[in-house]
Amino acid sequence: MSEITFNKQGQMVSRDTIDGDIATLNLGPTHPATHGIFQNVLKVDGERIIEAEQTVGYIHRAFEKLAERRPYNQITPITDRLNYCSSPINNIGWHLTVEKLAGIEVPKRVDYMRVIIMELARIADHLVCNSVIGVDTGALTGFTYMFQEREKIYELFEEVCGARLTTNIGRIGGFERDFSPTFHAKLNKFLAEFSKNFEEFDKLLTRNRIFMDRVIGAGPISPERALAYSFAGPNLRAAGVDYDVRVMNPYCSYDDFDFIVPIGKDGDTYDRYMVRQEEIRQSVHIIKQALAKMPAGDFHANVPDFYLPPKEEVYRSMESLIYHFKIVMGETAIPKGEVYFSVEGGNGELGYYLVSDGGRTPYRLHFRRPCFIYYQAYPEMIKDSVLSDAILTMSSMNVIAGELDA
Amino acid sequence: MAVHLNNDSIIHAVSTAAGSQTTASVDNYGMLNVIVSADDIISVVKELKENQGFIFLTDLCAAHYPERKNTEFEVVYHLHNLVTNHRVRLRVQLSEQKVSVPTLVDLYPGANWMERETFDFYGVNFEGHPNLKRILNMDDMDYHPLRKQYALEDETRDDKNNTFFGR
Repeated sequence: MSEITFNKQGQMVSRDTIDGDIATLNLGPTHPATHGIFQNVLKVDGERIIEAEQTVGYIHRAFEKLAERRPYNQITPITDRLNYCSSPINNIGWHLTVEKLAGIEVPKRVDYMRVIIMELARIADHLVCNSVIGVDTGALTGFTYMFQEREKIYELFEEVCGARLTTNIGRIGGFERDFSPTFHAKLNKFLAEFSKNFEEFDKLLTRNRIFMDRVIGAGPISPERALAYSFAGPNLRAAGVDYDVRVMNPYCSYDDFDFIVPIGKDGDTYDRYMVRQEEIRQSVHIIKQALAKMPAGDFHANVPDFYLPPKEEVYRSMESLIYHFKIVMGETAIPKGEVYFSVEGGNGELGYYLVSDGGRTPYRLHFRRPCFIYYQAYPEMIKDSVLSDAILTMSSMNVIAGELDA
Repeated sequence: MAVHLNNDSIIHAVSTAAGSQTTASVDNYGMLNVIVSADDIISVVKELKENQGFIFLTDLCAAHYPERKNTEFEVVYHLHNLVTNHRVRLRVQLSEQKVSVPTLVDLYPGANWMERETFDFYGVNFEGHPNLKRILNMDDMDYHPLRKQYALEDETRDDKNNTFFGR
């Protein structure tokens, strides 16, 4: 039997019930369409989802416990593995947290260098998310092209820190070395070519009738519900709330740059896609401004207690050797206190709540992981939709298993 | 909503809403900290959310201080007023005899998983929580791993002790 109803967008929906029989369907834990280890136990009536329950924690690695045993500089590699699509943002967010706790002021040049790295990471993060939305709607082409661009960003990270995915980029107080001429050459080449390729990708999907029919109205959430669920980042902005940490609490001199915060209206998959597309353009715009206005100065703060001296100095001077030893052994004096610091990660407000008792390791470190917090709204968002929309909703929310499970 | 929100008006609103004593202070980093008793947390958060505009629950977690007698556990809430950009940190201090605090799920649906995570790692009982079970760890785990009595590594290992580093 079949029943015709209308959804929120006014589209006609046919609801087929197969004798009212409810089936239980396991989506995951390892399902090719979920891009990570996610289990959802769905109650389905035909193809319509009645109820969903998620199981999370498949890749839980006890980061908060590990952090209680590691000196401050050894926690950076842990943060890599939260949102591994944009590791540099996590790394720099952690450096900024420690700098806030210790009261370290960094030179303006470090701020601008960090902004360039973080915006590159944001572009890489959003490219993955948006091109994967394309894949889930059946458009593989855009994905292959955008992963070439992401590859170029990874080459830039490699030029700065030697690593590509789990970057461990920068140090407390700045960067381990200045941007090299090769980096500048590669970055300029990337900026010159990226927009053209990106707009081509945009043309493939944004006004594509098939794509629009698939994503408009899929997995919507209202601004009230999004706020109630503590959404942040592109998902909150897609619902129409213009909360962006970079604007609300500027860090790293973000207030020096001119950029807009795109917002959506319906909070559906299309709006999330559109918000990310526009944020990529804004990130390119920010990087260009940072390059043009890059101040002269040092690439690290003058904090010998936290920032490793140059290796040749370690062999020659006693002070450098002492500082080197103290930093490597985690013997740096750090004030007692509690800080909460947040940055705008790829998925929203990435917060660090750090309690220090003056010891060599944090007494308590809690990561506010945006994925973990907003993923709990998933059953509400996919209720009454069809299974294929549920897949799209998950990929457009950009749930990253590493960040979800910490 | 109060038009001119400042630390004094927030402290006033909190102490009015709370039935018992609250302790407020501003830390070195400019964050307003308020210690609230477990019985008052619902009325305080309700006042902050409904009349002071703190509609965003940024974070909810706990910490364990085994050496503090009668306040061994602390549940920490970070609330954010997105209009005036004020943040407030509420702390509920709990004795290990009764690690229990009312749930905020009715006020902030997003508190659901944050409370489950806190329960999972610290064993804080959130009274009235609709689905208080482990979230990141295995269901059959029989302890709460972030409590300080559980060492991260082999306890016989002593090469990482603070005593070897002058502390």
